Amino acid sequence: MKAVLRRIGPSGVLGGFLATVLIVFAVLGPWLAPYDPVALDLRARLGAPSAAHLLGADEFGRDILSRLIFGARVSITVATTTVALAMVIGVALGLTAGYLRGWTDRVIMILNDSALAFPGLLLALGIMAVVGASTTAMVIALGIAFAPAVVRVTRSSVLSLREREFVEASRVMGNAERTTMIRHVLPNCVGPLTVLATAMFGWVILAESALSFLGLGVPPPAPSWGNMLAAARPYIQEAPWLIILPGLCISAALLGANLLGDALRDLLDPRMQS
Amino acid sequence: MIRFMLGRLALAIPTLFIVTLAVFAMVRAIPGDPASAMLGDLATPEMVARLKASMGIDKPLPVQYVIWLGDVVSGDFGRSIGNDEPVGPLIWERFKVSASIVLLAVALASMVAVPAGMIAAWRQGTATDLGLIGVATLLLSIPSFWLGLMILLVFGLGLGWFPILGSQALSGSWREWAAAIAMPVLTLFLVEMGSIVRMSRAATIDVLRQEYITHARAKGLSESAVMWRHAFRNAFAPTWTLIGLILGALLGGIAVVETVFTIPGLGRLLVEGIYTRDYPVVQGCILMIAFVYVVVNLIVDMAYPFFDPKVAR
Amino acid sequence: MSLLSLENLHIQVGHDGAEVVQDLSFTLEPGRMMALVGESGSGKTMAARSILGLLPPPMRLAKGAIRFDGVDLAGLGPKALTKYRGARIGMVFQEPMTSLNPAMPIGRQMEEGLRLHLGLSRVECRKRILKMLERIRIADPEHCLAAYPHEFSGGMRQRIMLASVMLLKPQLLIADEPTTALDTLVQHDVMNLMTELAAENGTAVLLISHDLGMVSHYIEDVVVLQHGIPVERGRTTEVLTQPSHAYTQRLVDALPRRSAGGLRNAEPKPALVELQGITVDYPGHALLFGRRVAKRAVDGVDLVVGQGETLGLVGASGSGKTTIGRAIVGLEPISGGTMRFKGQPLVPDDPDTRRDLQIIFQDPYSSLDPRQRVEAIVGEPLKLDTGLTRKDRRERVREVCDEVGLPAGFLTRFPHQLSGGQRQRVAIARAIVRRPAFVVADEPVSALDMTVQKQILELIRQLQMRHGFGCLFVSHDLGAVEQVADRVAVIETGKIVETGTRDDIFDRPQAEYTRRLLNAAMLLGRSYNAAVS
Repeated sequence: MKAVLRRIGPSGVLGGFLATVLIVFAVLGPWLAPYDPVALDLRARLGAPSAAHLLGADEFGRDILSRLIFGARVSITVATTTVALAMVIGVALGLTAGYLRGWTDRVIMILNDSALAFPGLLLALGIMAVVGASTTAMVIALGIAFAPAVVRVTRSSVLSLREREFVEASRVMGNAERTTMIRHVLPNCVGPLTVLATAMFGWVILAESALSFLGLGVPPPAPSWGNMLAAARPYIQEAPWLIILPGLCISAALLGANLLGDALRDLLDPRMQS
Repeated sequence: MIRFMLGRLALAIPTLFIVTLAVFAMVRAIPGDPASAMLGDLATPEMVARLKASMGIDKPLPVQYVIWLGDVVSGDFGRSIGNDEPVGPLIWERFKVSASIVLLAVALASMVAVPAGMIAAWRQGTATDLGLIGVATLLLSIPSFWLGLMILLVFGLGLGWFPILGSQALSGSWREWAAAIAMPVLTLFLVEMGSIVRMSRAATIDVLRQEYITHARAKGLSESAVMWRHAFRNAFAPTWTLIGLILGALLGGIAVVETVFTIPGLGRLLVEGIYTRDYPVVQGCILMIAFVYVVVNLIVDMAYPFFDPKVAR
Repeated sequence: MSLLSLENLHIQVGHDGAEVVQDLSFTLEPGRMMALVGESGSGKTMAARSILGLLPPPMRLAKGAIRFDGVDLAGLGPKALTKYRGARIGMVFQEPMTSLNPAMPIGRQMEEGLRLHLGLSRVECRKRILKMLERIRIADPEHCLAAYPHEFSGGMRQRIMLASVMLLKPQLLIADEPTTALDTLVQHDVMNLMTELAAENGTAVLLISHDLGMVSHYIEDVVVLQHGIPVERGRTTEVLTQPSHAYTQRLVDALPRRSAGGLRNAEPKPALVELQGITVDYPGHALLFGRRVAKRAVDGVDLVVGQGETLGLVGASGSGKTTIGRAIVGLEPISGGTMRFKGQPLVPDDPDTRRDLQIIFQDPYSSLDPRQRVEAIVGEPLKLDTGLTRKDRRERVREVCDEVGLPAGFLTRFPHQLSGGQRQRVAIARAIVRRPAFVVADEPVSALDMTVQKQILELIRQLQMRHGFGCLFVSHDLGAVEQVADRVAVIETGKIVETGTRDDIFDRPQAEYTRRLLNAAMLLGRSYNAAVS
């Protein structure tokens, strides 16, 4: 454990800490939040931070602290399901392409490259334009938008592992192709995929808050950091904390994902394992 | 070299084809009759009938696609539902605004971030390196729209240096235009610095490990000659690819920054099109952005052999 | 006055890390040649780099003086050092593939030193470079100036590098394993060129090498390093004939010589694997709008390996020797010819055949799954034998590991916790655990240190005596082949040029190519044998 801590360094520890805090808030949100995040209290409207509302209140008098805590819940839920969806789609297609090769591979990769020809957020916007804004639609749209990156990483890991001599050794000893894939290829893809998933976690939180900021993500009144920013924009001068706080939360979550991703990459980089 | 370029060009054609197919399919995927869907609730039956005829809706789908593609290639993107303007010129007008912001921001960010990343790599492990990489990671973690709001708060509202509404970016004089896009450019400049510094640093560290760098030092070259003559070109190749990707991706995500600064750009046009279900506009914007993305990456790839002669074989 | 003298040199990792070089001292006279010999981890490369102040961080010079022409280089600042680098002390590196800048034309890389140190004009530089390129017999020197490194083979690049360093006529040339990455024939050429150029310019040479045999042919004086400690120094011939330190003795013993392999029985044995007219094509790069141009790697090869016999297959890199081995075990599809195994047509995918045909790969770092423990790696083939219980498998794995010399404590280790030699033992154990009838050994020792090479070669020989499997021993290294092979086949660009018993090939080679190969190898490896007999 100590050795691992030393290897990932202080920035990795900070990343892990930020991620842990985020997850704790997300899971224990209902018990930690002092107020109902959608309860209106017009007397507290645009109230500055005070004893009653530690981080102030928004234009409807809703408690900001509670909304931020529940916002973490929304972000984590969206990010987790989206990453899971992208992983399932991406790993399935990437494995198929890398395993079967030939024409199947070519067709999958041409489609994949075309999907990559849409910047991630644009693809999501396009899908949202067709199906309309809702949290479910956003998860599906982002899942599809981020899957091509997973396909790429999975396929290239599979292809490069296939050339590795220990995979050839498995074929020579008489293992079926399927056994070789499950026993030797897949476990060795886990490293790069973990690094990708961690990074993607950050991308999804960013994309979710951007879409919500544009009014095309999590629909109000449900609290999400992105739609909190959008709602607070008209009050930027009267109540700047409404803008500052959700942004700090998004940045902290992203920083956590980025630092953790870097640390995992260093940890799993074969060059570091001397 | 020419063969390499033709090869890369040939690879872009199926991609572009599938992109148009996807954008075409998008509108067809809207539940209900595409013509009514495209015209919205306020359309008269005559308008629907006219659009149906021009889309060739009674013909089989492949034929409809060919008709649509033919229109698009000849610059006819249909008419906006909102104001019945032709979509093509509208998109072009807005695209110029967005593209100038993105190009300026990425060019400035590259000029600062690439050398910064190289210096960090050269001083790997020192305080300089830790400082640079720390700032870069921090910048990478700040969402553009929030940073934009902060800049708006400080420079627009607080100090009053720049106009808080960026509508002059479209029609104002040269000075007004520059003032209008200053804050969005600053925002994207800062945000993209993060990823470019990190990439430039990682690529340079990889290059500095190579034997030819030691060889260059063993020749007696000064450190600056080693860095600029031998490390730069080799380390810049992967960063160059990243810059291409960023250029395209920024255009796809520029809606958020344009929203913050009320800039009438392509992203804003797209998002408003989505709000008002103005499908010809949405379709046109998405097609335009995807097309630019493919073309920018094509150009970037074609210039790649300059940094890495090996790929041009 | 001596040209270079190292005095009590200590090189350390950081400020409190291990010392990778301890108390190294030697002197080199002008125009003389000297070698620093040691295996991996001996600190020889670090010692060489420290002379020019090129230690990679966190390595640092902890103590000692480096006197060059009377000046202590260790005490000079980076600025002052650049006056020595290139101009008075040249350096050549091991990896021709990575030691030239891939993004700069050869001509520009060659002129850098001339312009910097001699301040010559572009025109003058060009004249000198062309002259030098002609001197080192590069075809079409004009074209070479504008070409990029990737357009040349490894041997060519190494010549170009030598030329570019020698253009400045340095007083000292440091050559760090300059030929290790090259084929035998090319190795010979490059070493000859280096000594010629050094003699012409009166340049002293400090050669860094792991190969005592090669060193003995070219170099007068030698220092032997073990784990950073100089254990022996003196005249090369004396060190070779009368090594005083036990480690030097081991190095000398590891030099390939025929007696190490024992006498070979050249009687014909019943055929186990028969190849007839085997052809293997690689799909070439697809050209735009054109057909793929296939590259023929193996071109109509006939080979027979008898039961319990070792056939050495020798050739340069790219000759197709590895492809033949891989084709036999089914890793490479053949495009023509027939393969027979025990008299039947060979079907590599048949389960029984699989059990009988095994392979040991070259790189023990990539041939073991990094996520499996030794026990799982060695035991995996046994899982296909449904008749065995878990306990049987355990027993069998222990037995085999014992046979290959792996202590029981290693069973729970992961590959990255093992040394190269230990990994190769694991790979061997995995190959023989089901008692195959035939094993392809694909360059099994070329990634290992000399002393370890010898142990692994002996192990393979022993196991073969005990279990009687046939073996195709694929190698570029004539020394290794001479130790283990009963018969030898020589391959050049996909075609077999000669086959015969080991003694026929080594003592009475018929083909011109074999003779050239042997000449190059003999010169390097055999001079010691000649000196003692």
